[in-house]
Amino acid sequence: MAQAVKQIKDILFLIFFLIVIPFFFKNDFYYEIAILSLLNAIICIGLNLLMGYAGQISLGHGGFAALGAYITVILSSIYGISPAVSLLVSLVFMAFFAFVISKPILKLEGHYLAMATLGVGVIIYITVNAQADLTGGPDGMGVDIFKIFGFELDSNIKWYILSSVLLILVIVTFKNIINSPYGRILRGIHDSNQAVSSVGADVAKYKSYVFVISVVIAALAGSMYAFFSGFISPAEASFNRSIELVVMVVFGGIGRVYGALLGAIFLTVLPQLLTSFEDYQTLIYGVIIIFVMMFMPKGIISLFDKLGKTNAHS
Amino acid sequence: MNEFFQLLLSGVTVGFIYALVGMGFTVIYNSSGIINFAQGEFVMAGGMSAVFLLKWGIPFWLAFLLAIIITAFLGVVLYKLIDMSKEHSVISMIILTLGYSIALRGLAEVVFDKELHTLPSFVGDGTFSIYGATLTYQALLVMITSVIIVISLYLFFNKTKTGKAMLALSDNKDSAKLMGVDINKILMLNFIISAVIAGIGGLLLAPITSTNYEIGIMLGLKGFSAAVIGGLSKPFGAVVGGLLLGILESLVAGYISSEYKDAVAFVALLGILFFMPGGIFSNLKAKRV
Amino acid sequence: MLKKISIAGLCILSIFSFTLNAGTIKIGAIVASTGPASFIGDPELKTLKLYVKKINDNGGVNGDKIKLIAYDTGANPRKAVSFVKRLISQDKVVAIIGPSTTGETMAIIPFVQRAKIPLLSMGGGIPIIKPVKKWVFKIVATDTMACKKIMAHMKKKGIRKIGMISGSGGFGKSMRKQCKDVAGEYGIKILADETYGKKDADMTSQLIKIKNTKGIQAVLNPGFGQGPAIVTKNYRQLNIPYPLYESHGVASKKYIEIAGKAAEGVIVVAPPVVVADKLSDDNPIKKVCVAYTKEYKNAYHTDIASFGGHAYDSLYAIVDAVKKEHSTDPKKIRDGLESLKNFVGIDGVVNMSPKDHLGLDTKTGLVLLKVKNGNWSVIEE
Repeated sequence: MAQAVKQIKDILFLIFFLIVIPFFFKNDFYYEIAILSLLNAIICIGLNLLMGYAGQISLGHGGFAALGAYITVILSSIYGISPAVSLLVSLVFMAFFAFVISKPILKLEGHYLAMATLGVGVIIYITVNAQADLTGGPDGMGVDIFKIFGFELDSNIKWYILSSVLLILVIVTFKNIINSPYGRILRGIHDSNQAVSSVGADVAKYKSYVFVISVVIAALAGSMYAFFSGFISPAEASFNRSIELVVMVVFGGIGRVYGALLGAIFLTVLPQLLTSFEDYQTLIYGVIIIFVMMFMPKGIISLFDKLGKTNAHS
Repeated sequence: MNEFFQLLLSGVTVGFIYALVGMGFTVIYNSSGIINFAQGEFVMAGGMSAVFLLKWGIPFWLAFLLAIIITAFLGVVLYKLIDMSKEHSVISMIILTLGYSIALRGLAEVVFDKELHTLPSFVGDGTFSIYGATLTYQALLVMITSVIIVISLYLFFNKTKTGKAMLALSDNKDSAKLMGVDINKILMLNFIISAVIAGIGGLLLAPITSTNYEIGIMLGLKGFSAAVIGGLSKPFGAVVGGLLLGILESLVAGYISSEYKDAVAFVALLGILFFMPGGIFSNLKAKRV
Repeated sequence: MLKKISIAGLCILSIFSFTLNAGTIKIGAIVASTGPASFIGDPELKTLKLYVKKINDNGGVNGDKIKLIAYDTGANPRKAVSFVKRLISQDKVVAIIGPSTTGETMAIIPFVQRAKIPLLSMGGGIPIIKPVKKWVFKIVATDTMACKKIMAHMKKKGIRKIGMISGSGGFGKSMRKQCKDVAGEYGIKILADETYGKKDADMTSQLIKIKNTKGIQAVLNPGFGQGPAIVTKNYRQLNIPYPLYESHGVASKKYIEIAGKAAEGVIVVAPPVVVADKLSDDNPIKKVCVAYTKEYKNAYHTDIASFGGHAYDSLYAIVDAVKKEHSTDPKKIRDGLESLKNFVGIDGVVNMSPKDHLGLDTKTGLVLLKVKNGNWSVIEE
């Protein structure tokens, strides 16, 4: 019970933080970073569910996010279907797609699973690059504004609110999953497949569901980003992007919701802080990753743990 | 018919390139269970170091030797980084090597430059024909070197004391320890071997494809696919995997579509993972749930 | 816990609070100086830095110094979007140079249009300035111009049927499309149309198909980077006897260096600056090209890459506009750019107008070169 109270307190705190922070924004650019961070965080929370709880590594989530986005964009910009409906159709398709590929992929483990997701991600990248008629090819394509029920999302504030709401929803959903009996099974799977299957749970089925959820969440955030920036390009599906997402999750703290949020914010903001280092940016980025993995493998949220403000369940 | 043969030859040429990169993966994986995502950058380091050493006035053979030593050193550094890490879980090691590959790329940007460079070919620019299809001497050199390396690795791992100890290590760390084997030295040696193979690859490749600070990414991924196809534990498998991959790519580009050529490597990768995760030579299955 | 996050967040925000100087002209730049287009973006950035310094050392513009605020995107349109927003909202620049690629440019155009900040793109694609957009300009020869120059030459030589082999990146794809579109105007038919990946190591598969296509009289290779060099080497390896035409993507000494002996006899369409000292003395752009080639080499100890010329022209066009309008107001700068007349740039003589935000013509904008004895020789100016 204390656990639940704490979790409600956390969420209220987050909501408070999200409401207050825009007052500190000095200009529109802060919104860009904030919205990007929120959308990245959404993908990361889904990815974290997959990696941290179900113990499945995905090196292809950039590809999934981009594929969902491309489908949404193609349906709405090329075929003229309303953006909201396009989004829905895309998410349904991505759920189906994820379900189908989850079957063979999730039979693998550890490195092999990572490799398989890498393969899927790169294939998606190559495909969107090649199908220029549909996707605009390597140069990408423009995206029309997101409209729903005649309401247009055309300002930073509106996007910020939408992204914040989505984030809260995703976190609440996530927490509900984790705290449900289903979630306990998930944690069990992470620790030991044998133990779980010995109590009769269908491990493969649960892993599939988690995979599907994480892909759908990624597709949702990816589509939102395409609408927000008014543009989509194959770079969203690249291996580099997939690495970026995984690093965000692990940086923040794998298996921790707020870790994923922290990691997303940190790694969205970091490149902006490094711009003055120009040519050294890549090197510094790589070195930071190395050091965090060497000395803080539980993620930067472990620092907050030490300060006593968090515990391993947040 | 000669078109088919040309396609075959071109596939074999590229295949041996993938094989050289892939072999390095297998050596490290075998001993430490780690997938080294920075393997492609070792290849890059070999070629680029040689380019710049030559630029800085160092004589030919010395430059090449130093380039290999530099690559070996990068292998040692990676080993040390892994050794000093608090945790060795699959995911942290994957990200560590990814971080290392990014850092090496970033370092190359700064120490070298961002331009394309080439190395002089060891055996001149000539070509020769077989059955109406042509092959360059440099490509032939790549093939011969790959074969020599594979044979050397085989002899080393199966006929020398150190090599056999390494195999013992990969099978069972504890009993190897009991037999007085210095695990750390052996692991480090594996990293060095892997890096040196990659460095040699980089030197041989540069005359064919040119080199630059970025080549590690795609080469790494393709070499990696080659290694998986051949079964991650056997250098010889990487050669076969590389050849299959190269030939398949070439045939697809020639007869189906050159747009999707790059996809071949990854479709093949998925195919192997789904149906024969231990590679085409394996009787073992990957850990299945 | 979240308290801690908030404090951390506020700390990060405060780092963004730079105050900006008055009396400076803030010019933004978005360049792909790392990543897959780095050998386009890197010379562009180097050029900008070199000449901003030169201008400032000589007293600036109307007494004001230029402050160059440059960001690297790695050719990723998403980053270009983020950085253009940063340039507009945070850095408050009065004009923007770049991005280096067409894809990135198309991504940021809506933002500069909305913010009403003039943009001088360095991308090659036609869609950037056609249709004309009020705030978008470029002083970079389009792929179509390159295609026309090449095909006019082919027509002159009696070449009616060609094969194409193109790189699959944005540039290669775009030029391939443009060439296919204009081929008909020159009576040229494209009998073979192959592509290769940017990182491919061997193109003999595709070339053999082209070699075996009956009737082909020449081959055109749109692309840049290592691809064309490998295509060239494979081309000679396979003893394909027809002339090989390369695009302006390889208009640099690097190409000759890497392709080696195989490059001998290859015909390349190029911006004139690549052969600055070989231009005829009455060519209006010779002076500025020669000067640029020398100054760049002195500063960076490496040969120029033609892409740097785009940066030079963009910078000086802005400077010109500011001088003419006696103002650093973005709207005035835009007006000044639009009314550029007889502006002698490295990419050619520029004449902008409300209907033409490119201002270049094929005559002064491109030359045809042939590789002879490991160096460029001009076959058509």
